[in-house]
Amino acid sequence: MTDRIFGVVGLLLAIGFALAALTIQESFLSDAVGPKAFPLIIATILGLSSAVIALRPDESPQWPALGLLVEVFAAAVVMVMYAQFLPVAGFIIATFFASAYLTWRLGSGLVGSLMTGVGTSLGIYIVFHLVLGLSLARGPLGF
Amino acid sequence: MDTLSSLADGFAIALTWQNILLALLGCFLGTIMGALPGLGPSNGVAILIPLAFTLGLGPTASLILLTSVYYGAMYGGRISSILLNIPGDEPAMMTCLDGYPMAQKGMAGQALSLSGLASFVGAFFATWGLIFLAPQLVKIALLFGPAEYFALFALAFMTLGGVSSTNQAKSAFAAALGLGLAMIGVDTQTGVPRFTFGEVHLYDGIDFLVAIVGLFALSEVFIFLENRHGEASADAAKIKVGRLTPPMSMIKQTTPTMIRSTILGFLAGVLPGAGASLGSFIAYSFEKRLVDPEGKTFGKGDPRGVAAPEAGNNAAAGGALVPMLALGVPGSGTTAVLLAVLLSLNITPGPLLFSQNPDVVWGLIAALFIANFMLLALNIPMVGIFTRVLMVPPRILMPVVAMVSFVGIYGISGSSFDLMVMVGFGLMGWVLRKLDVPLVPIILGTLLGNAMENNLRRAITIDNGNWWTLIDSPLAIGLWTIAIIGFVIPLIVGRRVKAQMHARRDEEGSLSD
Repeated sequence: MTDRIFGVVGLLLAIGFALAALTIQESFLSDAVGPKAFPLIIATILGLSSAVIALRPDESPQWPALGLLVEVFAAAVVMVMYAQFLPVAGFIIATFFASAYLTWRLGSGLVGSLMTGVGTSLGIYIVFHLVLGLSLARGPLGF
Repeated sequence: MDTLSSLADGFAIALTWQNILLALLGCFLGTIMGALPGLGPSNGVAILIPLAFTLGLGPTASLILLTSVYYGAMYGGRISSILLNIPGDEPAMMTCLDGYPMAQKGMAGQALSLSGLASFVGAFFATWGLIFLAPQLVKIALLFGPAEYFALFALAFMTLGGVSSTNQAKSAFAAALGLGLAMIGVDTQTGVPRFTFGEVHLYDGIDFLVAIVGLFALSEVFIFLENRHGEASADAAKIKVGRLTPPMSMIKQTTPTMIRSTILGFLAGVLPGAGASLGSFIAYSFEKRLVDPEGKTFGKGDPRGVAAPEAGNNAAAGGALVPMLALGVPGSGTTAVLLAVLLSLNITPGPLLFSQNPDVVWGLIAALFIANFMLLALNIPMVGIFTRVLMVPPRILMPVVAMVSFVGIYGISGSSFDLMVMVGFGLMGWVLRKLDVPLVPIILGTLLGNAMENNLRRAITIDNGNWWTLIDSPLAIGLWTIAIIGFVIPLIVGRRVKAQMHARRDEEGSLSD
């Protein structure tokens, strides 16, 4: 069943890709092929393979229970927030929160999570910034 | 003789203190990454590319660091296979079959050092194979025009699926998805934006490093979260190494095995679309059929069953570099990642690489030899240290992996937008892995998409818009024939072979070689 849904989604993606390719503006100075042809070929392959996937599906994978799905998406949300807050809060603070959250969700205790957060963020700061000289995001406090 | 003098030049380049230190660091990190379940060679190299890049290392130095990681990870994968029966990465799967029984018999140390030796033999001779085969392939490749290159790219995509997935439709889907992602951005030939939807950040296209790190490294973090797998797979009680040196008789017994497996593994590595996993699989099955057809000792801790897959997978790792360097078309997941290294350093691999950047090629090859000896020296006496790594629990390791990935990508562009795209790729990688869609064709598509399109358009423009020019020369027809055969054969026999290879696949095994 999973593969049937996947195939239909793929088919929609292929159609969308083809439509987007058709709206590409042709330049007045173009080569013989133009900027549309190759994307259209790709859309065809994408569509054909999606159709095959939908018509001849494999066995469904083991999807995790709802709670674990939420877990994965929550982690993604935390990472997106990390990306947003990195330039605002600075590397050390943002990294502390993100890594503490991840290790907590992977099963560390409260103290362990805080320790891992501090360790990861300071460790990366020392190795990559102080030793190797990589520029990391600077927060209002200068680190 | 020409080759040997070029090689000597290569050693002159590689033997500087900085490069030797980088090789040592790469070997050490690589072995650790190979040993840790969940961090295979592709992930290891992927995480380190942006770092090598932002640290401002030159092309030769970065390549030395990253190929040492690649070779090191191939060595390291065996450690958890032997001690814990969990392959550290996919090519090490076959090593479990006899390595773990040996460890159970109290011969873990001997299995580790024997497999280290077998890895060395495989990688060492495969590097020689690379030296002699790559220049020959370059001679052929110099005859290629745009139409032939287009056919060659198609061949790479069509054959890659045969090994990397059980379902050809899914690998075709993955390849098309990757190529489609490469189309995003301003068209290089006419200057019109494509698929950017007005988003300025997309005009430059999607950086393939962002895609690689997201798909490989972050999706691994999500997999661990989903399985709530936070505890270390080993504790001190389980790791008993015992005597470290194999007896002479064992080395003597396994020497012919190593030689046979090296040859098979190297050939499997050179073939387009195959990789180290196939190398170790072929080497093990062939050896079993040859010396133990009735299955009396294989699978019960036969040293030959440890030597064969290890020599095979390391030889294949060397072999896979041949098409990557000579043609610019990688044959496996990790070499695709190494191709990304070259591209991000503004080096285009392919036949011209050997004449235009001989320092890079030969410096790299010399570095492979150096890395090999270092790995042998690191692995046999220090294997005890590497086994300790297995006690690091993923709940600490995975956040570090995620954060280092972010640091690397942020270091390149300093843009939050790229980080969010990377998280998107991480989620996409997680879903696609659930659906059993191979990730390697996606990476290959994003890497090669623009070159493939340019060759197509150049070929047709040269011939005044005649599309038949694509199958006009015997060389192009030959390439298309191989491509079609390579696509069709797995439809007939592929499922069976893959089912055997994956019979022992562990959930935590890495996604590719």
